[in-house]
This record gives sequence, structure tokens and C-alpha cells, in this order.
Amino acid sequence: MDIVETFFNGRVLMESLPLLWIGLRVTLQLGALSIVLGLLLGLFLALARIYGPAPVRFAAKIYIDVFRSIPLLVLLILVYYALPFVGVRLSSFWSATTALTLVSGAYTAEIFRAGIEAIPKGQFEAAAVLGFSWRQTMFEIILPQAVRIVIPPLTNNCINVLKDTALASVVAMPDLLKQATQAQALAANPTPLIGAALIYLAILWPLVILVSRFESRIRVAGR
Amino acid sequence: MAGFISMRGVEKRFGAFKALTAIDLDVAEGEVVCVIGPSGSGKSTLIRCVTHLEAHDDGEIVVDGVPVRPGKALAQVRREVGMVFQSFNLFPHMSVLRNVMLAPMRVRGVPEAKAERRARDLLTRVGIIEQADKHPDQLSGGQQQRVAIARALAMEPRVLLFDEPTSALDPEMVGEVLDVMKALAKTGVTMVVVTHEMGFARSVADRVIFMDDGMIVEEGRPEEIFDGPREERTRDFLRAVLQH
Repeated sequence: MDIVETFFNGRVLMESLPLLWIGLRVTLQLGALSIVLGLLLGLFLALARIYGPAPVRFAAKIYIDVFRSIPLLVLLILVYYALPFVGVRLSSFWSATTALTLVSGAYTAEIFRAGIEAIPKGQFEAAAVLGFSWRQTMFEIILPQAVRIVIPPLTNNCINVLKDTALASVVAMPDLLKQATQAQALAANPTPLIGAALIYLAILWPLVILVSRFESRIRVAGR
Repeated sequence: MAGFISMRGVEKRFGAFKALTAIDLDVAEGEVVCVIGPSGSGKSTLIRCVTHLEAHDDGEIVVDGVPVRPGKALAQVRREVGMVFQSFNLFPHMSVLRNVMLAPMRVRGVPEAKAERRARDLLTRVGIIEQADKHPDQLSGGQQQRVAIARALAMEPRVLLFDEPTSALDPEMVGEVLDVMKALAKTGVTMVVVTHEMGFARSVADRVIFMDDGMIVEEGRPEEIFDGPREERTRDFLRAVLQH
């Protein structure tokens, strides 16, 4: 059998494009929503972890450790297949969003924490002596500086979240991978899978390059 | 008579290390006090306790009748006390002008236009108005420290604390900062200056305090301290620093 005919079949690819396009849109929606919600959750967790009263700090730490330990696929299946037993029935889209957000939030929290803790003590002291409230100090002085530090690791985390959206196909989410497997079944040819792989690459490769660029810039600046 | 700043029996420990022991100190309104002494003698800790950047363990600190302790009253103390740090601590993500404007706007609710006018006046006063739109990292150390002084002044504090303001500077920049501080001293602002600049202390201070081992060893008018110190430890210290 001809390899090109099997894996790079132009006709099959053209026919599967509409399905892949629908799947790509779902993947991007799921990825974008999970990234944004994960950022908000992560910021909240980081602040709770550093500045909360002792019980809150402890709870945040437990949360972060648990959700960094649990495999995403396991969490996803728990949310989709186990929660209905206690009456929580989420669609596959919201199951995937929930699982991705919960995990992304844990990673993002550690990134934000490292960023905040990297800000010199003098910045907090200057803000305190000038009379800024805690909230003003955080949002006007500390976080704007911390965000600059954490942009490379946050971008890295975005890459992970986008990649992990593919796991959602196991809970019947019609994302890019799911549509590709469907198209493959319809055409009895794996070309759509190759197409999906190329689309993932096209989206994620630029982000990966962006991260390495951040990192080399920091190395130069740090010298 | 209690001063504008009054410290009574103030103690501060860092673990087993005793940073301040039985500090009694009064600073009157309008007075310029210089605190000198060897490294680790507690001079910086002393003024950091006044703004509660360090919490004292014992004794009482009162600023304009308000006791320094955590809670609501602390905001009132900090409104009256400005501080200039050894490492400047300017906010690096905003312009010089914004550094000076921000606290009056956010903390005192001064309208933006007025805050900017006042910030420009202050930057003119410290001689760096032409740098107003730059970011702090584009300025020399001396210029950054002058911005930090303008930033502290923008809050119209009644007392300014200086924590070794020239110690992080290249030698050629020390003069420009000291000049600004001298001009400031003449305006009648209350100042407490922790410094290694003996020339500055001698010419500007109303009173010099010598500290060693977390204690106030000796205090007096500059000529008393520098020309006829009573204590052996003061004499040793001055001999060591004035030799060069």
C-alpha cells in the first residue's frame, strides 16, 4: 500500500476539513476558557497561599498539591462519570473546562507565588510606608511587576492546557482530536489524524518558540 | 517633655540577637537628628521601628501623640512619616513622575491634575524635572535617590526618616543627594538621618546620636560629639571613620 495514499491523502484531507474546522473551534474555545479561568483561580490561590490566615493558607496548599498530583485524565473522568452520581451533571464541554481549570489553577498558583515572592522586600516596604493599602500594594505595585516575571512560565502553562484539551475527546467532547478520529472512521483512512496533528503543531509551535525566546532574553538580561 | 517622636524603653530582638536595648529618644518638631555608629549597631532598626517596618518587642513609640502599633492608628502614623531607603525602592514599572504622584492620589485622594502639578514641583526642587518621563532604571543612583526623596515629600510628611540614603551610591553621586537633604533641613522639616557621612552630620544636624550594640551610647550637639566625645566607644568609632 502506498504510504502517501494512506497517510497524506489529499482528497480525504479536503473532505475532512469542515469537521476538523468545527473541532478546532471547540478546542480553542475550551482552551481559551480554561486558561482564563485557570489564571483567575491561580491568582486567587496564590494570594490565599501567601497572605491568607493560617487555615486558608493550609487549604490553598492542600488544593495546589492535590491538583498537581492527580492525572488530568483521571480527574476528567471523575468529573464526567462520577459527579452525576451526586446529581452534578455537566456537559462534556463543561466537564472538560472544569477539569482543565482546576488543574491549570493549581499550576498557575505556584507560578504566581514564585513571581510575587521574587519581588524585592523593599517594594513592599516602600508601599507600606507611603500608606498604600494591601489591595493597592498588590494590584498597583507588586502584581504588575510579578506578571512580567511570570509571563514565560505562564505561556508554558498555556501550551500545556491547549495540549491537554485533546484529552477531552475521551468524554465525547467534539474537539479537534475527536472530529479527526470521526473523520478517519468515515473515510477509512488516517489522513484526518495527520491533519489534526499538523493543526496542533501549527498552533503550539509558535508558542513554544515564544517561550524559548522569553527564556533566552532573560538569560541575556540576567548576565 | 515628650517630643514629636518619643521612644521609651524600646527593645527589639531578632531571635537571640538583641538589636535594640532600652532606647529612650525624643525628637522635637523641626529638629534634624543624625544617627551614627558602626554597622549592626541598631541604627537602621531604630528608624524602621518608628514606621513599624519592624515591630518593637517592648517599650513604647509615639509619633505626634499616636502610639505605633499594628492596627488602624498605624495608617495615621504613616501619613505623618516619610522614609527614604538605602536602596531607593522606586517602583520600576512606572515613570519617575508616576512614582511621585501615585501615593498622593491613591492614599490621600488628591485629584490627578493636582498630584501631577505637585510632583513636577517636587522634581524641580530636587533638580531632576527633565527626567520625569523616564523609568527609574534609566537614572543614575543619585538621581533615583532624589526621586525617592521627592516621592516621600509628595505625601507632605511632618517627619522624614533616612536609612543610610547615600550608602548604595557611587562616591561622585553622594554630594548631589546630600545637597538636596541639606536644602530640606533648612525648610524646617523634622529629619532623622541614619548616616555614615560624618561631614553631613557635623554641618547639618542639630543633634548627633551615637549608637553601638543596640544602645544609645552618647548624644549631643555635633561639635560635642565630634570634637569632645565623652565615651570611649564614641572616640574609638570616630577615630576609625575619620582616619581616612
